Amino acid sequence: MFWPLSREWSPACETRAVRVLVAMSGGVDSSVAAALLVEEFGHDQVVGATLKLWGGSSDSGCCSVADVEDARRVADQLGVVHHVFNFTAEFEERVVAPYVDGHAIGRTPNPCIECNRYLKFDRLFDRAGSLGFDAIATGHHARRMTTEEGRYRLIRGADPLKDQSYVLAMLGQDQLARSLFPVGRLTKAQVREEAIRLGLRTAMKPDSQDVCFIRSDEGREGFLGDRLPLHDGRLVDDATGEDLGPVEAVELVTVGQRRGMGHGDDGRRRYVTAVDVPARRVRIGTPEAANASGVDLHTVTWVDDDLTQSAGPGECAAIAQCSAHGRPVACTVRLDGNGRLAVTFATAQRRIAPGQTVALYDPANPDAVIGSGIAA
Amino acid sequence: MVGTGQLLQSMARRGERANMKFPISSGVRKVGRPDAQVQGHPGAGASSRIGQTGGMRAYLDHAATTPMRPEAVEAMLPYLSGTEMFGNPSGSHRESRRARLAVDDAREEIADLLGADLGEVVFTGSGTEADNLAITGALRVQRPSLDGRSGVIVCSAMEHHAVLNTCRAAVEQGGIELREVQTDRSGIVDLASFAEACTSEVRLVSVMAVNNEIGTVQPLDEVSRLVRAQAPGAVLHTDAIQAAAWLDMTPITAAVDLLALSAHKFGGPKGVGVLVVRNGIPIDAVIYGGGQERERRSGTHNVAGIVAMAAALSATVDERSDAAARVTALRDRLVDGLMASVEGAEETGDRSRKVPGNAHLRFAGIESEAMVVLLDEAGVAASAGAACSSGAVDASHVLLSMGLDSAAARSGVRFSLGTTSTDTEVDHVLAVVPGVVARLRN
Repeated sequence: MFWPLSREWSPACETRAVRVLVAMSGGVDSSVAAALLVEEFGHDQVVGATLKLWGGSSDSGCCSVADVEDARRVADQLGVVHHVFNFTAEFEERVVAPYVDGHAIGRTPNPCIECNRYLKFDRLFDRAGSLGFDAIATGHHARRMTTEEGRYRLIRGADPLKDQSYVLAMLGQDQLARSLFPVGRLTKAQVREEAIRLGLRTAMKPDSQDVCFIRSDEGREGFLGDRLPLHDGRLVDDATGEDLGPVEAVELVTVGQRRGMGHGDDGRRRYVTAVDVPARRVRIGTPEAANASGVDLHTVTWVDDDLTQSAGPGECAAIAQCSAHGRPVACTVRLDGNGRLAVTFATAQRRIAPGQTVALYDPANPDAVIGSGIAA
Repeated sequence: MVGTGQLLQSMARRGERANMKFPISSGVRKVGRPDAQVQGHPGAGASSRIGQTGGMRAYLDHAATTPMRPEAVEAMLPYLSGTEMFGNPSGSHRESRRARLAVDDAREEIADLLGADLGEVVFTGSGTEADNLAITGALRVQRPSLDGRSGVIVCSAMEHHAVLNTCRAAVEQGGIELREVQTDRSGIVDLASFAEACTSEVRLVSVMAVNNEIGTVQPLDEVSRLVRAQAPGAVLHTDAIQAAAWLDMTPITAAVDLLALSAHKFGGPKGVGVLVVRNGIPIDAVIYGGGQERERRSGTHNVAGIVAMAAALSATVDERSDAAARVTALRDRLVDGLMASVEGAEETGDRSRKVPGNAHLRFAGIESEAMVVLLDEAGVAASAGAACSSGAVDASHVLLSMGLDSAAARSGVRFSLGTTSTDTEVDHVLAVVPGVVARLRN
């Protein structure tokens, strides 16, 4: 058990901050988030900001001019000041370049998580602080609660299908203390209902999909192909080492991938078990071979800093979620001396691609995030 | 917005039922002023009130746009109301003749004030349109060389995007090479590099008269001499949009082949501009239609706007020397005061070579994008440089062209004064800026 049992959840969802900078992407969730904040704090105390993150082309992404206009018109309707902040340089440096560089060495980073880590909850945080805001708010489907001791907890959004606690799992106490997620207690349907009721122009806007800086017509392959030399490689049998033929663009192959890997002699599908980009080799194997008993995490974060001290050297139970809408699985975790976290699944799981984030939840309160790490 | 709070609470109750492990008792709780309770941001609560300074506004963004001169408003009103002066200047009846007379009177007045001929004045829908017409229109006339060599454009790297992006679009369409000439540390186009770029195959040169961000007056005489000597086949365009409020335009007009102006930079209305096309300089139209403006710019005239532009330019020229002296003194007091009171403030460009209205400072360690937000809250309208289409602030290409690094190019704030600027406004800026800078550096 990570957190002492005596630590109860506070009955109140505290939202004390008054002057709030709400990040408005131009989507329906952040529009309604802004509306709820205006209702609560008054339009003088709420300011909207749209982040210009990606200077290149996009489908509509988070940052196109049309989305900025939607955000601004919603802000106008709500009577709040709206700014556009240009964080393209940091986005390129912290999100896009690592995404490209990661693929070049066979890793699969999650750009949305890195964007939250470095842009929304760091760069925007600093900007909000210097502009005198007490908190930032986003349209994420997650909830912040406080314990009686005044510690902050990150809880799954009320809509299980739209829960975004996974992409916020890297937040700590400092950030949660100044973060609000006003739509976290609503279902997506309720968010849309509210947007319709208020007549917000974004009410029926489709949810954004996938990575905002990758256009659907070019795809991941087109995006990375423009930025990386893609190399053909060889498929190798994981068990026997036998060469099974050519494979295109090893940089685009992900551990755990099934698509394009065909079937084995036993008639069962084959999965990628390992990608060795420098050697241009992709190992594939049976579903069993593609499973792993655990995963080692680096870049470990904790929702509550006290935890790392109280955890001690022993093994603790947790629940791991290995993708945005992945199935939570029971596990045990052990901190090693170097700040790495060894996760052992209760039952073997499909291998976690290096670079993917694993979010950890509390077994006693399975909706509560306790931390995160990146698969080594 | 009525009822959102109720909804919030009812949602919270629903959440409670759905999630008994984490009961949410009563929705969002409102707890007085935030100062004492919210973690982080030391002093955020109190200092966030820096914006409350009694409603004083200091408008220091005249380079973006100016308030309209009363003369201009008065001149245009008859053409906006009533049933007599609304005519289309392109018709043949009395109503049309009346409108055409107004447009031609305005044309003659503007031509006189600029030192151009009546037929050289082409009315456009904006300064940007005038720049586009100049560049695209001049390039369309140019025939491809027989040897198949591409045409060459030379422009300064500090041009407004109306020029830069038009040139770059021409490059993308093929057959054109663009040479962008960098800026020296005093904010002037580097003449040695310009001379080098200005070779005989150059077809078009575009150098602005006054830079919009840092206010430096460019040496158009020397540019013109170099073009005539080294690239006699080239057409010389100048974006003079920031010049008209401050400088005698006649020598500028005399030095170039094409010259763009925008009415709202000198007390006229938005949505009307001028391209001066010197006699003998052929340009093709960019907008096709009824063939107005001697086939160079189709579209029904913005009669009221054109009339108002002439009135504004006339008033500007009448008052120019007085205004320049008065605003120079204000600007000097502003810049000297800020340099004295704010550590790490640096003036951009050589002040002796700037128009009176421009004050541009870089504040070390500050992001201008944040600074203009705080200045606005404190009652000061200033500019962080070029805003892109989304409204975001980009690192200034002007400052980058001077060889400043990207942090410096993001730290520049332009305070631009105009004929309506006052001592009180300058006092207000001087009072507010040190606190804003200190807060951002904290």
